[in-house]
Amino acid sequence: MNIELFLQYLVAGVTYGTIYAIVAIGFNIIYNTTGIINFAQGEFVMLGGMTAVTLHAFLPLPAAILSAVIITMIVGAMIEITFIRWLASPSVLRMIIITIGISILLREIALHVWGAGVKALPYFTGTAVSSISIGDVHISPQVLWVVGVSSVMVICLNLFFSYTQPGRKMRACSTNRTAARLCGINTKNMVTLSFVLSAGIGALAGCVVSPITYIQYDGGTALAIKGFTVAILGGLGNSMAAVAAGLILGILESFSIWVMPTAFKDVISISILLLILFVRPSGLFGSKEAAQLKEF
Amino acid sequence: MTRNRHLQVFLLIAVIIATQLATMLTDTQHYLTQLTMSGYYALVIIGLCLLIGYAGQISLGHAGFFAIGGYTSAFLTTYDLSPVRDKAFIVLLSRMGLLVSTEDLYGGQVLHLHPWAAFLIAIICTIIIAYAVGGPVLKLKGHYLAMATLGFGTIVYKVVLGTEGLGAADGISDVPGFTLLPGSEVSGKLSQRITNYYIAWGLVIFGMVLLLNLVHSRVGRALRSIHGAEDAANAMGINTGRYKLNMFVISAVFAAIGGVFLTHYNGGIGPSEASIMKSVRYVAIVAVGGMANLWGALVMGSVLNFLSLRGYFGSYDDAVFGVILIIIMLFTPEGLLRRDLFSDIREVFGTGKDRGERA
Repeated sequence: MNIELFLQYLVAGVTYGTIYAIVAIGFNIIYNTTGIINFAQGEFVMLGGMTAVTLHAFLPLPAAILSAVIITMIVGAMIEITFIRWLASPSVLRMIIITIGISILLREIALHVWGAGVKALPYFTGTAVSSISIGDVHISPQVLWVVGVSSVMVICLNLFFSYTQPGRKMRACSTNRTAARLCGINTKNMVTLSFVLSAGIGALAGCVVSPITYIQYDGGTALAIKGFTVAILGGLGNSMAAVAAGLILGILESFSIWVMPTAFKDVISISILLLILFVRPSGLFGSKEAAQLKEF
Repeated sequence: MTRNRHLQVFLLIAVIIATQLATMLTDTQHYLTQLTMSGYYALVIIGLCLLIGYAGQISLGHAGFFAIGGYTSAFLTTYDLSPVRDKAFIVLLSRMGLLVSTEDLYGGQVLHLHPWAAFLIAIICTIIIAYAVGGPVLKLKGHYLAMATLGFGTIVYKVVLGTEGLGAADGISDVPGFTLLPGSEVSGKLSQRITNYYIAWGLVIFGMVLLLNLVHSRVGRALRSIHGAEDAANAMGINTGRYKLNMFVISAVFAAIGGVFLTHYNGGIGPSEASIMKSVRYVAIVAVGGMANLWGALVMGSVLNFLSLRGYFGSYDDAVFGVILIIIMLFTPEGLLRRDLFSDIREVFGTGKDRGERA
């Protein structure tokens, strides 16, 4: 194999890996404040992309994306307020089934609103065939958009959690919910905020990636499983490790096309998920002791 | 209690016969087709009810086992062995009477495995896979268990969807009928419609009796203790890991049997039978049935599947099951038709005297 092909696969892997990382961060934000896994996380990505495509018919691209992100955030808040806020200490099994139900509902609503066809936003700069050449590697400008927007998003999230009042409150909730409440933090509002945040970043990811991968009403489930794989790979709750894990999975998947037909691409990533769950459920970068204390 | 159980089974048999007679009298015999199919789905659901309700382990991949059963049987009974008919192994098989030869559309000779042999192989495959998957998976809890079973289901779905030999997106069609006894075969033939109805529901009765006896035995009590408090059960000397694994395998076999029979009945199987939505649907029905309530699961399994197969939910088919899941879990997390429901109602009206007798 030649070096150009190698780099080409690498770039594809990084693109997909970035998206997986963003979905995984969405999982982590909600998991940290509530201790639950939101199985509807992939649907936020789908919803964001679909809404942006519809709005793009009336609005310029940046405005359409911004409104789509805001709408998805509102949907996230509404879901939390309607289904989750008023449950007193629900069991894990119950929360799993409820969020699965929500994901089915969102998917079916999308099917009836947008139909079963694939949709995509136009390329942000240039067209589907334009490319930037670095040496012998040709990169679509959209790939740079995906990587760029995602990096900015991760940096902003980091700043948000470190330096702002609500960000610190959310971190307090994830460390110890009862103690946070005793300090006067409204933990329920923090849970809503975590749903809003992860819906927002999911929607933005859906918008930037849609020109490359296209979106369909049922695209959320596969994304959710991969995002979860990445979240586990990095250690559940650890958003920075999720970025590294996302890139690893994306690149692995992209190179797996060499050894197996494309149809089995998903099988690779899910096998990795199962393997990690069996062998090292605390993740590559997580500590075993900490994992034992968490409520699964 | 034992007499009570006998009574329930007799009631089930009576209802099954009455339903068939009712369709005959009202001239709605075409309903029997969907009733037969929902019988096979009900088989999957009561097996899953054992796992979720009694052993307390969620599985979001049971459609995978259904598909393993169905696809194995479909593949083996349609795969043409005549090009390799001179190989020693094939000759051995045909000496044992395990091969059937039929004529295809163009009059050519087609040699394939006997459905009984295919059925046995399908079940053995399922047992092996269920042990191999269940061993590590059932050590997990909560989110991890849910995701691992979901992952297993997705792998089966992607494999049958991506494998050319299994028909990829089209699935396998032209699966021959499954001759159980001379004169009665599991197939979609019109002349066999009533026979098939009784084959399906006979299997359901058999499965119900088996599971009812199981949950009222020592095993059932051990399972309930696992569901209540796994650590405490472990401390009392119950090998919780072994019990959970065995229940997982039993429920997988129920799913596979449903898969094999439905495949022969429909004359084919497609990848949608392995989809995640099917698995979620089975879980939803178990939840509506009252989690640890085999009768509830059976009733809801046959009614909801029948309505869905008749197309009453229209294009909202999946949405209906999603809404059911959410509503049940929000308001009655123990399930809708739970065991205490009737005694609760009786208590409200001041006649709750038999509460203590409940096992």
